[in-house]
Amino acid sequence: MIFNRDTRALKSELAIGEALHPGYGSLRESARQLSCSRRDFLRAAAGVALGGTLMSASPFVRGALAAKRRKIIVVTFGGGARDQETFASDGQENIPHMLQELAPQSSFFTQVVNHGILGHYVATASLATGVYETINNFAAIPPEHPTVFEYFRKSLKRPPSDTWVVAPSNGFNHIGESDARSYGQGWGAQVILPKHLLAAAMSGSGTDYGHLLRDNYETPLYAPQLVGSEFQLEQLESILKLSAEDFRTHAKTLSSPDELSLYVVRQLMRQQAPSLLWVTMHDIDIAHAGAYSLYIEGIRRTDRLCAELWKLIQSEPEYSGNTTLFILPDFGRDSDMDAGGNGFQHHRTGDPASRTTWMMALGTGVREGVVYDRPMQSTDLVPTLGAMMGFSPTLAQGRPVEELL
Amino acid sequence: MLPRDLKAEQFAGYPPEARKLVISYLATLQQLPLSFLPSLLREVIDYDYKFPAERRAIDRELASLGSLSQTQMKEWFQPFWQISLSSKLEEFNWVNQPTQFTEQLSAHLWSTHQLDAFRKAATEYGDRSRSAVPPEPPVISRLGIAIIGQGVASYDAPLFRNLREHGTYFERVKPDNGVDLLLKGIAARAQSHPVPYGHWYIEGGQIADHSPLLTCISYQALAPVRAALLRNVQAEIKRPGMGPEELRTYLAELSPASVGLDKSPDAVLNHFQLKLLTEGSGTQIFSTTFVQWAAREALQSAQPLSLLVRFGPRQRQRPMNELLSNNNSNPELDFTGSLIDADMGAYYNWINQQRLSGSEHSSFLVWFEGHSQALAIGPALARGTASSSVADLGELLSWVVA
Repeated sequence: MIFNRDTRALKSELAIGEALHPGYGSLRESARQLSCSRRDFLRAAAGVALGGTLMSASPFVRGALAAKRRKIIVVTFGGGARDQETFASDGQENIPHMLQELAPQSSFFTQVVNHGILGHYVATASLATGVYETINNFAAIPPEHPTVFEYFRKSLKRPPSDTWVVAPSNGFNHIGESDARSYGQGWGAQVILPKHLLAAAMSGSGTDYGHLLRDNYETPLYAPQLVGSEFQLEQLESILKLSAEDFRTHAKTLSSPDELSLYVVRQLMRQQAPSLLWVTMHDIDIAHAGAYSLYIEGIRRTDRLCAELWKLIQSEPEYSGNTTLFILPDFGRDSDMDAGGNGFQHHRTGDPASRTTWMMALGTGVREGVVYDRPMQSTDLVPTLGAMMGFSPTLAQGRPVEELL
Repeated sequence: MLPRDLKAEQFAGYPPEARKLVISYLATLQQLPLSFLPSLLREVIDYDYKFPAERRAIDRELASLGSLSQTQMKEWFQPFWQISLSSKLEEFNWVNQPTQFTEQLSAHLWSTHQLDAFRKAATEYGDRSRSAVPPEPPVISRLGIAIIGQGVASYDAPLFRNLREHGTYFERVKPDNGVDLLLKGIAARAQSHPVPYGHWYIEGGQIADHSPLLTCISYQALAPVRAALLRNVQAEIKRPGMGPEELRTYLAELSPASVGLDKSPDAVLNHFQLKLLTEGSGTQIFSTTFVQWAAREALQSAQPLSLLVRFGPRQRQRPMNELLSNNNSNPELDFTGSLIDADMGAYYNWINQQRLSGSEHSSFLVWFEGHSQALAIGPALARGTASSSVADLGELLSWVVA
């Protein structure tokens, strides 16, 4: 059994594992079974219908005028949540909002497969470019291929204020614009890192805010100090129209970094009303520290925050009635049964549970209460957004999800 | 350099037993692909510090590889030969730094989209290897015990949910002297079947009186070591050019003595404990994580006949920087969260125990400390049922291993 250990030991942050019960050839079958369990559960619990036959006659509103006002918000989870803690029967208690409020209004895709590198920054970059990026997951570097934000702004001639990213931590500050010089510079999204905003607003008064500055890393031992700067203070005042004092006061009422992110999103929506807004949640990734209860808390909080965001969309005049919301984890987490991993703690094995996740789309142009079983890839998101908003992501590798067009 | 160019003198830096072993199989190693060999050397280089069960497994695997014909060698390793490696990997000092090599190989496989092919090759190799060299059966049926919920006054949600289908749920257990009875139970097994590193006690809270026949590790006892390690990590993080990967390399090169883990003469156990803290994620800051990971690693490496694991309360979550700075000597504890962690940890202990040989005869017991709930799994116990029998932990243990 030495090789059990060898393959497991190839871990660094992205390790290789050996299946306890081999049957590797059934990887695709395993992914399909995961999707079926989600589908069956959704059908039973949320009363949704099976898609497939509902391909034609999309309700999506077309036309240049409508496209001009259309808004899209993408929420990704950095730190996937597995079926047994969400869509399987034992997990339903953790996602009451997604299950009872959002799923019945959504088109739900049960089988989103990520064939790329399972690290949060690189996977989020892949989601945002439509290409499986191979950049160093832990380096503060931009994606190599044009991002959806660049396609959107350049093709539709949108101003910088029309697309924003709200992201959790250090590496993500380069997610807004690629290193693809041939595509052109300066078309990216502006990025807000809420924890850095708060660090700047605190200006040395560290009391009472520690719970909002948690950084959950794929390597928990490496947690560099957060540093705020004048730039962040300017963002607060000029973009979010908040004084440092206001920001600090409100932050005191919040319980987690993702709650802080949602607060920033709310301000952005009210003050800038961007047409393309990308939010990456990260609380769930505390799982890497190995404490199951904290992982579950993260799932429950994320579930609640997604519902709050959906309500916010309904209540904001700039967004109500013309917004499509996408919610998807960047990937899953390791199965309990893969000897190469340690269950929920990591996403190192590359097994079907870690590669397969789901996507929920709801709002304008989306058929409600429908489940689609067919496999799609993480890289299909950008082409889908392009088809919906009217730009062409020429270098993206994925294909538009036809059920949403 | 490629494996075919290996020479005996290149292993001069290996510890004596490892060097002797690897040189005796040099001709075999020269035939292995680079995508495979460093993973094997990563195990061999630590041979001198491995538990007896691991040593025997390495011996048997090398003997098995040495007995393969040319045709079999080609058949076994063809998928590994098809893995494309970079010149940078070929030039790496993989003989003396196999751990660092495997980390770089891992990154290479992910970034070149060869991970799935490697995973398939590894799985097939594992199957062949197990088939050629079946794992040794245990001398007695294995027993795992998990004690969870230390310090929790009451908890209303259902426990043992993942395990219930596999065993019998007992709801009228007499909790008096439970920890003591269970420790005496495994001490008796250690007495009757004295196997080196065969009977373990892993403690997450305050260590209880126990037999010296048990191999014992404790989160609390390692407090000075954890503090030293975190101090070193904090200092390293502040150095220019330091990042997660550099930190990992630093941790991989630490010796037990460098964090004060050389007080005991047991070099094998010192080495094992160091790895728990340098390779584990969260083991340095959360006792529940430490205990679960220690049990996993003990099961995989020492393959114990008996393993009693007692989860203790972990500190409450705080910002990672605060947790790592370790500057609060009396942190607030999260009792309920720790019970939930431990409930899942017990499930993982059982899964990991079932990965070992003799699993069809193995037994497992999990008990909510101080309370009347327990769940027992064993060949003689019904699955997916509940029992209203009244018993103390000693009696329950006797039923489990019957």
